[in-house]
Amino acid sequence: MSQPTGIGQPGVLVTPQQAKPAISNGFFSLDNRYIAPLFITCILIAGHLSFGILESYKKTGIAIVASLLTELLLGRIFKGQWPNLASAYISGISVGILVRSLAFWPYVLCAVISIMSKYVLRVNGRHIWNPSNFGISVLLFLAPATVAGLSIQWGNYLLPMLVVWVLGSVSIARLHRFHITGTYVACFIVFAFLRSFLTGDPWQSEIAPLTGPMYQLFIFFMITDPKTTVHSKKWQCIVVALVAFVEMLLRLDHVVYAPFYALFIVGPAAMLIEMWLASRRTVPAQVTA
Amino acid sequence: MKRGPTARIILAIIFAGLVFSPLIARRLAARRESAKTQLDLQTALARHGFYLQEVSHAAGVNFVHQAPTLDPQLNHIMPQVASMGASVSIVDFDRDGWPDMYVTTSKEGGKNALYRNMHDGTFKDVAQELGVADVNQPGTGVSMGAVWGDYDNDGYEDLLLIKWGKPELFHNDAGHGFTRVTEQAGLPPWINANTALWFDYDGDGLLDLFIGGYYPEDVDLWHLSSTKMMPDSFEYAKNGGRKYLFHNLGNGKFEEVSEKLGINSRRWALASVAADLRGTGHPDLFIANDYGASELYINDGHRFHEVGEQAGVGFAPKSGMNASFGDILNQGRYSVYVSNISEAGVLIQGNNLWVPKEGAGGGQLQFENLARDFGVEIGGWSFGAQFGDLNNDGTLDLYLTNGYVSLDHNKSYWYDFSKIAGGHSAIINDAKNWPAMQGRSLSGYQSKHLWLNDGSGKFVDVAQAVGVTDTYDGRAVAMADLWNRGVLDVIVANQRGPLLIYKNTVTPENKWIEFALEGTKSNRSAIGAQVTVFWNGQLQSQEVSGGSGFAAQSQRRLHFGLGKFPKIEKAVIRWPSGKIQTIDAPAPNELHEVKEPA
Repeated sequence: MSQPTGIGQPGVLVTPQQAKPAISNGFFSLDNRYIAPLFITCILIAGHLSFGILESYKKTGIAIVASLLTELLLGRIFKGQWPNLASAYISGISVGILVRSLAFWPYVLCAVISIMSKYVLRVNGRHIWNPSNFGISVLLFLAPATVAGLSIQWGNYLLPMLVVWVLGSVSIARLHRFHITGTYVACFIVFAFLRSFLTGDPWQSEIAPLTGPMYQLFIFFMITDPKTTVHSKKWQCIVVALVAFVEMLLRLDHVVYAPFYALFIVGPAAMLIEMWLASRRTVPAQVTA
Repeated sequence: MKRGPTARIILAIIFAGLVFSPLIARRLAARRESAKTQLDLQTALARHGFYLQEVSHAAGVNFVHQAPTLDPQLNHIMPQVASMGASVSIVDFDRDGWPDMYVTTSKEGGKNALYRNMHDGTFKDVAQELGVADVNQPGTGVSMGAVWGDYDNDGYEDLLLIKWGKPELFHNDAGHGFTRVTEQAGLPPWINANTALWFDYDGDGLLDLFIGGYYPEDVDLWHLSSTKMMPDSFEYAKNGGRKYLFHNLGNGKFEEVSEKLGINSRRWALASVAADLRGTGHPDLFIANDYGASELYINDGHRFHEVGEQAGVGFAPKSGMNASFGDILNQGRYSVYVSNISEAGVLIQGNNLWVPKEGAGGGQLQFENLARDFGVEIGGWSFGAQFGDLNNDGTLDLYLTNGYVSLDHNKSYWYDFSKIAGGHSAIINDAKNWPAMQGRSLSGYQSKHLWLNDGSGKFVDVAQAVGVTDTYDGRAVAMADLWNRGVLDVIVANQRGPLLIYKNTVTPENKWIEFALEGTKSNRSAIGAQVTVFWNGQLQSQEVSGGSGFAAQSQRRLHFGLGKFPKIEKAVIRWPSGKIQTIDAPAPNELHEVKEPA
């Protein structure tokens, strides 16, 4: 059984070669599983200090705590051991950044649902939804009067955006998952021009969302989650292109949180198809054996 | 897994319960909301102590605001750009003791109206004959708001008209007419302004003037040299209009001193209010900015210092569209209400109720946002709001109007709005990048809010129950005792909609007291004078304002509700000159006309 993982846990995919002590010979040999948490924490702190992206530390803090406690509790109950908390930390911090609500309860609820989904929504021992994608999508869909997505910006300015893009790209490349991010961005741009052609809206307005922080978190932390993406590199690219395609369809229907919902739909479907194909390959092999 | 199927089933049930809990909560909330609307007016009177009836037609007021038609390059987003300009200000311009109303329209060539109170429940528009109607001529811009103040202390309130265009100052000629004195006063040729107020910032007995720019002053919205005139950020924009502080020189002229006195901002100001927030005797200046954080300029008597971030009001950026103040907890300290945007499922900024922190005072002024705790946080796409004791129970209530662009009922522009708002500054800044609205609504047809203050930190929305049922695109709210009955009526100016007059009926059990002040050493309008009424072991402070809310000015007269069986100990007046005047045991249910002692 695989380790339950959280949102955007590129760092949790640990190959034998990569498995090192948490912090070994200095920063640059930092265990990969801690790169994502470190990066997202830096984004959070820099974003808040420069642009106040958090209305309060309390809400983000409560999301992180709720996420960690849920992971500890469920990990202990269902796995019989204390789990590694890196993924739960990312889940909590993602919820803390991406969920915007004036109340406290959505942060707790979203974090708890996100972590629980890893333990409940499982097929053949694998969880099929990216946890924070699941939690955020559910809340945005079911509690729209109380919950919105991240709307506050990095000042809509170029420099903060470039810093996040460069650091994010370096981090994700180190985890050998830049192809996912790159494919998605390329597809998004192509589909943006297609949407512009179809709707007559300026292409700049179709490209605009990509320049905001919600997308930066989405493309670096959510769609690259190794536990909820298919295995082969080629199919990872195809699946993420499909996410972008479904997102385009949702956008044509004026769905504000199209990327979250697109991943919510496509991600598990791809996982299920992969499992089904794998089972079909396994069965004949067993028969011939 | 270490646990068996039973544990997993229990976990799955809990998980399902949690997932669907927001849906259940939403259903329950909707049921509660629907129950609120099922009261008739007599029940409202019994339960809440008052009700409102819209009487504009009966009062002879059939004013409908019209929006401007700006440069054709903005045609695709015209409804959201040309989305302001409906305003209302209350004034007794002829000193007959009855409040009159000045309202603006924004169509090129459209006529503003000055409604004279006819003392019989009706009003008559006298703007044309008095020379303050035809002020929207093509080439001069269009009206955005008006504030009244007696800048020359002759006893008659003068009119400052702000526009997206040429600001105008009209001298009140003893209530018989108005003389345009804009050039003599030294006002600039063009300001795209949405907020202005009169206040005597230096205490010299002469009213000074603040005007806040929205679009930059070099933008002519009818003849754009570039479509790059939109904000460069949805929440951090600093490319708006400049701010002006005009010092009254006393000879009919004004000197612009904003930069010299520390006011130097290019945020997109939509509302401002001046009040002595620190008890220093000097009026401080609060500015609510669209596309950014609010600003608080504290006044040390000589210059202003921007302390918004330190005071807590200027860090988290929102879409400030209103600034009004009130002593909501009957503590003698003012809270400030700033309205923002909340749209279910898209953007939930929440309105801010900035309440001064306990123990904070002097230079340590600090506020905390208690809008959620007090129940006045969610108000849709909120605009103007005013505090006032609508049921005379002794605590200040809050009326909020809202709604941005009401066009097609079934089509929303929100998706496109959210798409562009998150984009890079180079994209959002250029109007041609904004998707066409194509007749779609943007937070249109919204229900209004009237929150009753229970005096202990909770406000309950009773708007529907007491008769506030309109869904126009509300902008300005003003309160006044229009017919000298000892109650506050509510006047609402709507964008591309009618001027509404909500006549108030209050249970006679609740008493009241009103003060009409006239300065002698202080400015004659008494703007900035503070009255504190002490009764039944409690107190409440109010201050005469030279403009508050959004594009609005309530009556200068101060109205206090007192509840049942009031025993008034005293009323203390602190005049802008610093003089303190105490009136012992003033009678309730009376208007007290008070002149500043020599």
